[in-house]
Amino acid sequence: MRYIISAFLLVFAISANAQNIVFVTKGVDNPTKIAVVPFGWAGARLPGDIAKIVGNDLEFSGQFEATKPERMLSFPRSEAEVHYRDWKALGAEYLLIGSITQQAGRYYASYELFDVVQQKRVFAKLTVDGTEAQLRDMAHHISDKVYETITGIRGIFSTKLIYVEAFKQPQKYRLMLSDIDGFRPRMLLESRYPVLSPVWSPNGQRVAYVSFEADNKPAIYIQDIATSRRQQMTNFRGLNGAPSWSPDGQKLAMALSKDGNPEIYVMNVLTRQLTRVTNHFAIDHEPSWAADGASLFFTSDRGGKPQIYQVNLATMQQERVTFDGDYNARARVSPDGKSLVMLNKRPGTTHHIAAQDIKSGNLRILSETNLDESPTIAPNGAMLMYATRSGGKGVLAAVSLDARVKILQPPKQGDVREPAWSPFFN
Amino acid sequence: MITKAIKQGLTLAVVMSFLVGCSSSDNKGTEAPTTGTAPVESTVSEATLSNVVYFDFDQYSLTAESRAVLLAHADKLKGASVAVRLEGHADERGSREYNMALGEKRANAVRDFLVTQGVNGSSLEVVSFGEEQPAATGSDEASWSQNRRVEVKY
Repeated sequence: MRYIISAFLLVFAISANAQNIVFVTKGVDNPTKIAVVPFGWAGARLPGDIAKIVGNDLEFSGQFEATKPERMLSFPRSEAEVHYRDWKALGAEYLLIGSITQQAGRYYASYELFDVVQQKRVFAKLTVDGTEAQLRDMAHHISDKVYETITGIRGIFSTKLIYVEAFKQPQKYRLMLSDIDGFRPRMLLESRYPVLSPVWSPNGQRVAYVSFEADNKPAIYIQDIATSRRQQMTNFRGLNGAPSWSPDGQKLAMALSKDGNPEIYVMNVLTRQLTRVTNHFAIDHEPSWAADGASLFFTSDRGGKPQIYQVNLATMQQERVTFDGDYNARARVSPDGKSLVMLNKRPGTTHHIAAQDIKSGNLRILSETNLDESPTIAPNGAMLMYATRSGGKGVLAAVSLDARVKILQPPKQGDVREPAWSPFFN
Repeated sequence: MITKAIKQGLTLAVVMSFLVGCSSSDNKGTEAPTTGTAPVESTVSEATLSNVVYFDFDQYSLTAESRAVLLAHADKLKGASVAVRLEGHADERGSREYNMALGEKRANAVRDFLVTQGVNGSSLEVVSFGEEQPAATGSDEASWSQNRRVEVKY
């Protein structure tokens, strides 16, 4: 926890605090009911309500429903004050209580989790601390602990999101970093020219993206997130697009058309040595590394329509992977390496997000909205986010990989697009 | 859609009459003749010559209409030492990066056609903006058809 906070200290020091409420439009059939009691605090009003943030986090996962404080019959601060019947009456299965204290400018949040059904404490009192600016980090940390304790899956509430926000008249592009609930947006880059395709480095410290800032032509850049130091990685004639980090962080796969046609290349990040991977007169684009780093998935229209292909980097052997639909593009590999998530269209329908089991080839449609694109998978593999349109604006939507949860973030000022979900930070 | 069809029809009619003065009542599938006579009213033609050619969904092959428009540009560019930027675009549907490639393929198709007509390839610069700079902002076929385009920029 300390490590994360120090890594993001600089980041959040200058962040705006836009209120960006996330609402769940559809939950799982039978979410776990948890009561998160407002934390005890003796001082003046805090800039962040930890219990509220924790409740929102857990609901964001789609697997929980948080009891509203207005319905609560008591507000226990310690185990002695817990009366299980109060919580049974509300249908709560779990109960989280806590309190905040302040000492020498630092805040300390202690919390305990109870199993209402079994009437026992799940974990003894834990404490997390931070500065006033880190109250949200502390809340997300508590959410992670509670989520993992109950579901057995690692929580993603302390991870981050990078996305592109585009404005019209005048045209302006911003590369933004925020919490995954959209709070604490911080600008990483602003340009009058197109910015697209952000991807996190596997260690979560850098981002690669495409920017048209030089001469209104595309080039690939790498930016250190904490220091904002940048390196221009490519400056080739034609297309410079779709960077993708290798799992070991040492290489970038990309699409270049410097030899006349969009082809897949792999660049060594340190030496910038370039290896050509594909050689076909069709479009070869959007490379994405397999989890083991031994092959790349990419989009090609060599069969007449865009489909996903896989190339083995040792043998350069290539084979087609998708067959369901007349449009499959921009694949991302799930953290366990077993599924592809991509943009899919079947004849006569619009574009949706789909997941395909790599081994069996079975494909499932995950999104029901229109003009869906740019899926990104949470590092725990349990959720994904994508870009869609709502009310004429570009917005982000989230869905659980079991296709039961739909969450939309309401529009910000500009069109929000191309979400990139960070890896875990430790 | 209708507006665009009329616009293209008019552009085509102008280009065709400017080339050989042929009867332009049937413009479906008509290959514009490559051996045109010298233009009679070049100022008028240049003023009305379209700088945009359009493409079908997910396609980067030139339509007959596009070839007719580009022939007129080739005539203007042949032997001239003017630099031209060919900007390729796509509609908003589908993957953002894939649309970058689609825009480039479209601009390349225009460049290749101009080169086969005798234009010096080194004076032609190709760049794709994918779906980033739509000409029309609606989310319907009327807008999409105007956004799948290559702009010839002098």
